[in-house]
Amino acid sequence: MSTAQRAAGGTADYLDQRTGVGLAVKSFARKIFPDHWSFMLGEIALYSFVVLIISGVFLTMFFVPSMGLITYQGAPASMNGLEMSEAFASTLHLSFDVTGGLLMRQIHHWAALVFMAAIVTHMMRVFFTGAFRKPRELNWVVGFVLMILGLAAGFTGYSLPDDVLSGNGLRITDGVVRAIPVLGSYMSFMIFGGEFPGEHIIPRLFTLHILVIPALILALVGLHLFMVVLHKHTHFPGPGRTEHNVVGFPLFPVYVAKAGGFFFIVFGVLALMGGTLSINPVWNYGPYDPSPVTAGAQPDWYMLFLEGALRLMPGAGMEPVIAGYTLSLNVIIPAMIIPGILFTALALYPFIEAFATGDKREHHLLDRPRNVPTRTAVGVAILTAFFVLILAGSNDIIATHFALSLNDISRFLRVMIFVAPILAFWITKRICLGLQRKDRELVLHGHETGRIVRFSHGEYIEVHKPLDEYERWLRVQHVPQRPLELLPAEDERGVRRKGYRRDAVRARVSRFFFEDRVEPVTPMELAAAHSHGDHDAIGSTTEGHQTPEISSGPERQVGQQVAEPAGGASGSRPGRSADAQDH
Amino acid sequence: MKAIAARRNHRFAPVVLLALALLVTGGLYAAFAPSASSAQTPSASDVEIGSRLFQANCATCHGPDAAGRAEAPSLIGVGAASVDFQVATGRMPMQMNSPQAPAKPPQFDDEQVRQLAAYVASLAPGPAIPTAEQVDPELGDAANGMVLFRTNCAMCHGAAGKGGALTEGKYAPTLEGVEPRHIYEAMTTGPQSMPVFNDANLNPEEKRDIIAFLAEQERGAAGGAELGSIGPVAEGLWAWVVGIGLLIACAVWIGAKSS
Repeated sequence: MSTAQRAAGGTADYLDQRTGVGLAVKSFARKIFPDHWSFMLGEIALYSFVVLIISGVFLTMFFVPSMGLITYQGAPASMNGLEMSEAFASTLHLSFDVTGGLLMRQIHHWAALVFMAAIVTHMMRVFFTGAFRKPRELNWVVGFVLMILGLAAGFTGYSLPDDVLSGNGLRITDGVVRAIPVLGSYMSFMIFGGEFPGEHIIPRLFTLHILVIPALILALVGLHLFMVVLHKHTHFPGPGRTEHNVVGFPLFPVYVAKAGGFFFIVFGVLALMGGTLSINPVWNYGPYDPSPVTAGAQPDWYMLFLEGALRLMPGAGMEPVIAGYTLSLNVIIPAMIIPGILFTALALYPFIEAFATGDKREHHLLDRPRNVPTRTAVGVAILTAFFVLILAGSNDIIATHFALSLNDISRFLRVMIFVAPILAFWITKRICLGLQRKDRELVLHGHETGRIVRFSHGEYIEVHKPLDEYERWLRVQHVPQRPLELLPAEDERGVRRKGYRRDAVRARVSRFFFEDRVEPVTPMELAAAHSHGDHDAIGSTTEGHQTPEISSGPERQVGQQVAEPAGGASGSRPGRSADAQDH
Repeated sequence: MKAIAARRNHRFAPVVLLALALLVTGGLYAAFAPSASSAQTPSASDVEIGSRLFQANCATCHGPDAAGRAEAPSLIGVGAASVDFQVATGRMPMQMNSPQAPAKPPQFDDEQVRQLAAYVASLAPGPAIPTAEQVDPELGDAANGMVLFRTNCAMCHGAAGKGGALTEGKYAPTLEGVEPRHIYEAMTTGPQSMPVFNDANLNPEEKRDIIAFLAEQERGAAGGAELGSIGPVAEGLWAWVVGIGLLIACAVWIGAKSS
């Protein structure tokens, strides 16, 4: 044993004897994680957050969170000799005088944009694959809160440099707060410590941005990851993958290397962006002054939907005066009600779907998005609404860059905010159902080979190559969800049944979700397809294939209420070159 | 010489020759072309030729006496500055009826523009073309220009002067690459949707400060590629396309090595 090994062993032993950490490390190192690129989206968010903390710590060393006025001397020439707040001056000093300061600022800002983008992409993955189902509903809620905290972190940080652009954002915030009925003006005075902009908002945002929000995010990230470990990771359907195991690779050494390496890739990409792409050059906007507003004034992308909602909202006739108080519906609807609807729908979705399915089982196998058409369509509809609002928020940029009329864009999007989500819902659902039908067709008849055979009696047929059992398993493994049956309102003695109303609502929601469906091929259907398909058998023998057998496992009974999946690749098959871990 | 002769059939020889020819042409042009500062005060013949150019190219819309028609404004009293701005940036003659006349390659050379301007200036007094000293960015104060710009200009042209949208298809064009002379003229004459910033509103020194600020903007962004200097929408697009795009590509690469 070399000295290094002895030292390492000694240290590990020392720690183990005092903390018993060995057991934890051992079980943790053997933790199995499934392999799929989409499972790394959350990691992008996590690593961006680490980069945010590292670069943020650097920035706090130089940033002065004060609204005290000073006269700035120094680069750039367009700022030299201007009166500005210490916050803005320190941002300029940090960018132009501190070595590496501008790089750090730009990495920090790009990391913030990518952090939010990764959270949204990760949420999409979880949503469309149904990874939020029992037992993971609470973790979805934790993730949702993390997204809201990310928005808050972005918003508070974006305003810190005290430039004209972010000041305009604060002015909008002030306007939104004032639109709250009765309380608005008082709350605005509370937030800004007096009349907007006051002298307190920057230090207050600073405290929130560097202390409160990151601490909350850190705590919730811990909880989020703890629950991932607790629930074990979900995996996509495939050979050997069941509701009771996880097929993948152990954390140590495979995932330590992969995930650890991925951190450096994320850091590298962010550093590349920070080093080459200019972001938020506050000296273009200048120190905050409440009077000027520039063209092209928008918030960062994750707040753009709010800006879009405000831009889209017609103003005329939207401010009724009730008992001497003005109710600013032109602000309340776009800035509170619309995001309220979007976010509530997002946060509660797992519970709404569980209500519709009445399903109390645990789910560890992910759904293929096509197999749950209504959910996929709802997700696409929400994203479409979000995207329409983002376009509305960018309407002036679209107008100049695509030579369109600003008014036409607004009129078009005012219609689209209602029509586009419905269209998107309908189209997505149809596409999903179509893909499911294609899956059925493939399972029943196999791949087209393009080989045409003529029989002696003159009939032409195309030879179809049957699917191998892995391909078939993927297409038939899911359990179809049917609308819940509504029991009668009265029992056999004519007594009114308790909970009928609730059941009626549930049946209606369930019908909305599951009335239109294409069920997977059952073993009986498959057998029937093959028994009448003599010609396929001919094709198979000429190809040197055997007609696949329909193996129904010992526990499988055809004609059960819940149809069992067909196909040969049953759950007992060990995964290829992979470890399986039982729950 | 022998070495050059030996390479006369080299496959890059035509390219090199072409580059040399362009260099010589450009050099000669730069040496002999009349510069704006060397232009003399307009003579009677300039006004005469300008009048003929006007009749041939502008009178269809602006009328033979330049008094304007239903759709085209009167040019009496708009001054030489207005003609120089509209014609030298290619906005006039107008290509087609659209919400706004866009800048395009100019249809007249500098000499003809000068003659047209002399003719229009002879109709009635109006703003004159600024002198080279009036528009020299080196003599202006960029910091003061920044303050003036964002109070007077940025609400349409954007914080960095990269343009912005107005109503019904009209727009404030980008100020990037616009000659200082034309910026000054635009301020004094208020072309199309732009308001006039006369000397009582922004005095000549302040106009020069704004030009100095815009020249400062042309130096480029301190932090790398500008992404159009149009603010957070472009940044968001880059974060999604380049940032998330690259990272997902890497995730696919890492995830693809097994299973």
